[in-house]
Amino acid sequence: MNEEDPMTSLYTLTDLSKGYTRGKESITIFEELTMTIPQGDFMAIMGPSGSGKTTLLNLLGGIDRPSSGAVDCEGVRVDKLSEGKLAKWRSQNVGFIFQFYNLMPTLTAAQNVELPLLLTSLSGKQRKERVATALDIVGLADRKGHRPRQLSGGQQQRVAIARAIVADPKVLLCDEPTGDLDRKSADEILETLQLLNKELGKTIVMVTHDPSAAKYARRELHLDKGRFVEQAQEPAQ
Amino acid sequence: MNDLTLIRKNLFRKKLRAILLTLSILIAFLIFGVLGAFYSVWTSGGALAADNRLITVNRINFTVSMPYAYWTRVAAVEGVENVGHASWFGGYFQDQTQQVQTFAVDANTYLAAYPELTMPAEQRQAFMDTRDCLLVGTDLAGQYGWSVGDTIPLLSNIWQKTDGSASWAFNICAIFDAEDDKVPANYALFHYDYYNEALAFNNDQVGWLIINTTDASLNDEVSRAVDDLFANSPFETETTTEAAFNEAFANQFGNIALILLFVVGSAFTTILIIVGFTMVTAINERTGEIAVMKTLGFPAPRIFRMVLSESVMLSLVGGLLGLGLAHLMISGIAEAAAAFLPGLAMSAMVFWVGVGLAVLLGLLTGIVPAINAQRVKIITALSKQ
Repeated sequence: MNEEDPMTSLYTLTDLSKGYTRGKESITIFEELTMTIPQGDFMAIMGPSGSGKTTLLNLLGGIDRPSSGAVDCEGVRVDKLSEGKLAKWRSQNVGFIFQFYNLMPTLTAAQNVELPLLLTSLSGKQRKERVATALDIVGLADRKGHRPRQLSGGQQQRVAIARAIVADPKVLLCDEPTGDLDRKSADEILETLQLLNKELGKTIVMVTHDPSAAKYARRELHLDKGRFVEQAQEPAQ
Repeated sequence: MNDLTLIRKNLFRKKLRAILLTLSILIAFLIFGVLGAFYSVWTSGGALAADNRLITVNRINFTVSMPYAYWTRVAAVEGVENVGHASWFGGYFQDQTQQVQTFAVDANTYLAAYPELTMPAEQRQAFMDTRDCLLVGTDLAGQYGWSVGDTIPLLSNIWQKTDGSASWAFNICAIFDAEDDKVPANYALFHYDYYNEALAFNNDQVGWLIINTTDASLNDEVSRAVDDLFANSPFETETTTEAAFNEAFANQFGNIALILLFVVGSAFTTILIIVGFTMVTAINERTGEIAVMKTLGFPAPRIFRMVLSESVMLSLVGGLLGLGLAHLMISGIAEAAAAFLPGLAMSAMVFWVGVGLAVLLGLLTGIVPAINAQRVKIITALSKQ
């Protein structure tokens, strides 16, 4: 987990368009969007509901495909990969953090964190070490045997963060990661994300409605009518 | 942790549902195991039959006798090596509820016809030499606690003696057994002369003939020759192989295979519908989790395998428990009913057919949910949360 060079481009989006049809109606979310995301960036994407924030996040994560245009991640055309290769690419490059944590209720915290490592060739011992490190980073080493329902919302989101970072991905994609949390827990989660960005060099793209959450990012991007309006800022704290 | 852990945890996430499903599968395989064991023992006569052994019965019905003279006439047919005869005595011991399968036979030719019956040489000789000797199967002896030297009365519920009684006194002078547990040792044999000389009616008749041909390839030829010999007589005969006779004997109680197929088929169809529907519901409940696993990078074929394995595991757990319970039940029954159903046991074939059925049931009930899981669209599933 080494710090990346902030000047190197991680993602390059070129003429990216996304739309869908609802009945006979064609709906365009964004059209010919071009942008880059540097390595080590912590970017908050804001905008009104239905503006396509989550859709953009899905395109970056390779769980959705654009109508046209290119999603390039370090020379890999994500939009062109087959389903099988896309799954493998996701497991090696992307960590996802969801609003509702999406942990497996039958697994313990440690087992939830270990889940992405089942896709690697690591031995059981190596996986255990990685899980311990990830849980330690999010401050939940003492809760590894707890199941999700035995944890608070903030703790569950920490487990989700540990799961997202355990395979050492280049980028963390966070969809409203504090949307279901109280202010105190939300701040703790955002501080953790900030730590991961600053100390471990993780590139983070975070979709949020919450302006105070966005303050933790290095920069804010406002999605409005299919265009980005960037607002550079100083990170909070 | 590995895929097996995930499969197991998903399978038993709702314990009550898992227990009820396992129980329903267990019951289906319990029925299969018990009926399969009974079917094996019921139809084992065919498997135990010697290739060169034929049975001749009265063409009307095997319960109708035929003249004693047939025995010596059949012995003269070309291709016949040995002919024995037997007559149903219909005996019971002390009380009519204590039925004893007893046959009046010609000792020499009968034992020659069934070389699989074994006993000490001195007991064999005693049987040959003693007019009122009863040769008892080891299971039957065990059932009544009889041993060599005992004198017992057997009563017939068919035949009467000239003195008006229906009781024959016997001296147990030999006990037979067989190396193969499936060979019945639950009946008794005694001398035809001892029986025939005392009969008040139906003298000089025999129940059926047991023919050993010189070669199994001559069976058809010998059968035709024997039946032709008595054609157009008042006692026409029907000669078949021992295997065919045993099968016909078993089927007089109904087509056992068809009954088994119907009962087991009904149980399995019901289970297929219940488990299949429940598995589809269970997987639909987990669409969000499957979407998350796909998001993390689990490829669709691996998710397909995991869901299918879940179904197969459920079926195997229920199936093996059911077969195990059937084995225990059959063992208990076999011990209590050794005299009536010798060799009753769950055969390896019944067990492995059961395991095969369990895997098939798992695959059939899991295939639809596995395809559904494989096809889960991440975006659609996550947007529904």
